[in-house]
Amino acid sequence: MSPAIRIQQVVKRFGAVSALAGVDLDVAQGEFFGLLGPNGAGKTTLISALAGLVRVDSGSLAVMGCDVVADYRNARRQLGVVPQELVFDPFFSVRETLKIQCGYFGIHAGRKRDAWIDEILENLDLTSKADANMRTLSGGMKRRVLVAQALVHRPPVIVLDEPTAGVDVELRQTLWQFIRRLNREGHTIVLTTHYLEEAESLCTRIAMLQAGRVVALDSTANLLRRFSTHAVRIKLAPGAALSAALVERAQDKDGVWSFDFDHFTEIKPLLAELRNSGCELADIEIGKPDLENVFVRVMHGQARGTA
Amino acid sequence: MSGFTTLFYKEILRFWKVAFQTIGAPVVTSMLYLLIFSHALEAHVRVYGAISYTAFLIPGLVMMSILQNAFANSSSSLTQSKVTGSIVFVLLPPISYQAFYLAYVLAALMRGLCVGIGVLLATLWFAVPPFAEPLWIVIFAVLGGTILATLGVIAGIWADKFDQLATFQNFLIMPLTFLSGVFYSIHSLPPFWQQVSNWNPVFYMIDGFRYGFFGMSDVSPWQSLGVVGLCCALLAALTLEMLRRGYKLRT
Repeated sequence: MSPAIRIQQVVKRFGAVSALAGVDLDVAQGEFFGLLGPNGAGKTTLISALAGLVRVDSGSLAVMGCDVVADYRNARRQLGVVPQELVFDPFFSVRETLKIQCGYFGIHAGRKRDAWIDEILENLDLTSKADANMRTLSGGMKRRVLVAQALVHRPPVIVLDEPTAGVDVELRQTLWQFIRRLNREGHTIVLTTHYLEEAESLCTRIAMLQAGRVVALDSTANLLRRFSTHAVRIKLAPGAALSAALVERAQDKDGVWSFDFDHFTEIKPLLAELRNSGCELADIEIGKPDLENVFVRVMHGQARGTA
Repeated sequence: MSGFTTLFYKEILRFWKVAFQTIGAPVVTSMLYLLIFSHALEAHVRVYGAISYTAFLIPGLVMMSILQNAFANSSSSLTQSKVTGSIVFVLLPPISYQAFYLAYVLAALMRGLCVGIGVLLATLWFAVPPFAEPLWIVIFAVLGGTILATLGVIAGIWADKFDQLATFQNFLIMPLTFLSGVFYSIHSLPPFWQQVSNWNPVFYMIDGFRYGFFGMSDVSPWQSLGVVGLCCALLAALTLEMLRRGYKLRT
């Protein structure tokens, strides 16, 4: 079975800027894959190259085994892209927009097409706006239409480039519910987002990009295990002080002392040590490993050589 | 529907939905030209010996409307899609560059012809030119419209913003159409300006088109057909190559 996405040695320069500096990446069919990285890391360039909007200087990209240049027609049929920018055609209603998008992919008018359009509208909570002109929709509604447009041709691979940037909680929930369902039904999903908690809860595997290179690539669980820590944060009662041994192991930030542990079981001895030293606490908090912590560590070079 | 028919249909719908502005307004503008110029010149100018100035002016105005509106349609549609970013909806699907070219050009030609027919019908109240060679009328209307629609695609792809498009329109398209013999026969010009006009391809479009009405023209319709046909083929080849390479569309 060919991978849903195969990216091999892809290089793209814009003048002196190297947007993609030799990216290798495979996404298996049926995966929910996260593509993370700071602004300018090359995420959108990579997606654009996959969609045929950007032509790479060297290397190759394929969607479901179809090369995006040599076999661009089949590659594009396999791919649905939700662009990052909030774009729309102001001349048409929501339903017209979706019908036109169907036509671009060679889908003939008929009951099957209309039923699928209705289903998409329903699942994205757009039914009441079906006949409204695109111009009259709010930003969140326009974002939903962008998602709908990417799905009209039932692509096996769906790429969402920051689909929840600046949208309300309700849309996020509706959107993820629908995308999760599509993933369960066998669609491969690739997601870029700056909301790391979203990536953590949705993606089974994650690649982190920095300056056009993949700097981390693993399952979400492994990344959390390898690069994140449990943290115990304590605030001392007025007049209390930590022993010199404990101060050495902690970091002080605005009066909150933080201790990092690689494993949960290491917390218990710390708590015993605090109790034995007679130190009085005003507050205590135990933080779980999270993707944000992983992201920060990877981006600060703590994960070099992990790609 | 295929990608081509959908894109063509979408482009037609785009101007048809605002037909008051895209068809009605240019028809009114042409009527104003006719009223003003025929009022000023009808009594003073006879062309080709026997033709009244108003009758002479009508084919010129019809052709100018076809050309300007064919250009306006493809260029503004593409520039607008690029400026708003909605061009991505056409670039993501599996539409070939040939289909892309044909859809934009044919839709623009349709708008040009709609306006041209509108102007012709409206001007029939003032004078009815003889339709001496109808086939030449159709050939030059289609070829001229196609050339300007193709130039519109080039301008639309090249321009990154509307003021660049306006530059293309004001400094190239407008002078070429106004100095092409819409309002006069080039035989009435001094020899130098006659020579200059001979280098203007729009002159051949209008002259050949006018031949279809009167069976008389400044140069042979076959010569005009040669020039116009060659221009059409060269511009189409250039535009198709731009699209194949993804110039300014696929970076």
